[in-house]
Amino acid sequence: MAEKDYEDIPGTYVFDADRARVGYHLNQFCISLQTEKNRGALRDDPEAYMATFPMTEPQRQAIRERAWNRLLELGGNIYYTSKLAAFDGIVFQDLAAEMSGVSRDDYRKMMLEGGRSIEGNRSKSEWKAK
Amino acid sequence: MAKITAGVGCSHVPAIGIAMDQKITNQEYWKPVFEGFEFSRQWMKENSPDIIFLVYNDHCTAFDASCIPTFALGCAAEFKPADEGWGPRPVPVVKGHQQLASHIAQSVILDEFDLTIMNEMEVDHGLTVPLSIMCGDHGRDDSWPCPVIPLAVNVVQYPPPTGNRCYQLGKAIRRAIDSYDEDLNVMIFGTGGMSHQLQAERAGLINAEWDKRFLNMIANDPDGASKIQHLEYIREAGSEGIEMVMWLVMRGALDDKVTEVHRHYHVPASNTAVGHIILENRE
Repeated sequence: MAEKDYEDIPGTYVFDADRARVGYHLNQFCISLQTEKNRGALRDDPEAYMATFPMTEPQRQAIRERAWNRLLELGGNIYYTSKLAAFDGIVFQDLAAEMSGVSRDDYRKMMLEGGRSIEGNRSKSEWKAK
Repeated sequence: MAKITAGVGCSHVPAIGIAMDQKITNQEYWKPVFEGFEFSRQWMKENSPDIIFLVYNDHCTAFDASCIPTFALGCAAEFKPADEGWGPRPVPVVKGHQQLASHIAQSVILDEFDLTIMNEMEVDHGLTVPLSIMCGDHGRDDSWPCPVIPLAVNVVQYPPPTGNRCYQLGKAIRRAIDSYDEDLNVMIFGTGGMSHQLQAERAGLINAEWDKRFLNMIANDPDGASKIQHLEYIREAGSEGIEMVMWLVMRGALDDKVTEVHRHYHVPASNTAVGHIILENRE
């Protein structure tokens, strides 16, 4: 398989075919939370509800810990994992703040000031240099 | 004959729809976003399309991970606004145009674009937010100004179709519409973008310089825009900014030379740069 040129982009998990394959059940678990019935089942007994999806143990653990970036690393896609965040009552922008490791106020301020700059954020080599 | 008269490029940020649904568009945060659409709403009224062909992406609503069509054409009589987890948006049901949609499907597939045909489909904010932006407030019991033919493009699982593939599909859609007998004024919308990244440590990325260059290219150098590679979209415009390939379907359906009648750009709406352009065919 050809080298994945996009793997050089820092702080980014491109949801490609490999990640989609390993993350399939994790993502289907997350999207199932769009219905109130399933949200109720997760609230009532999280372990029992998770057990209905054949996920890996590391994926289950990342769900328990709400380790948002780890979920992406294990094949989760943000449009899916954000449904789990919504289940917790976390709005999207606060989830973004948490994933990027800053406070909600700092993140909001960054967005109002024009967002995260592209300068210094193009390549993993730039992050290593920091 | 049916004719494509104009194309619209437009973001579909869900928060824009929520701001309209909650009637908070005059708040300081939202004012500059909506001011840029005032011209567009007036222009829509003056140019009243008979049909809107709307290119958008579904966000795991009609298609979860179990089925991921690259291009899916909405051929149903109607498309209900979906419940994305917080209740359906309070907007009208979207009426389709089955005759033109089935004509496009037949024409485009014989033109070697292998579409998926959707005879049942709910539509999410990707489709309803651009309609709200361009057509203004319409309540649940109201109706949209005209029928809509949705084209859902996969941009969630990498790789989406290339920019060039989208551009060429736009040209095929143009050929299909040009060969439809009824006199119809058709507009085409390409939605999504502009720069944004919603995930991981680089979340919040915005690249206004790149976005503005993209708007220039969409208007004046569509061939050049069609050659932008996926790597560049993701690196420069963010992992979710890649959805701008959908603007190229719209651009491909227009003349090579077009007249730009309006442009709007604002940062931010939630986590995203809002971009908008209106391009008219010169006949």
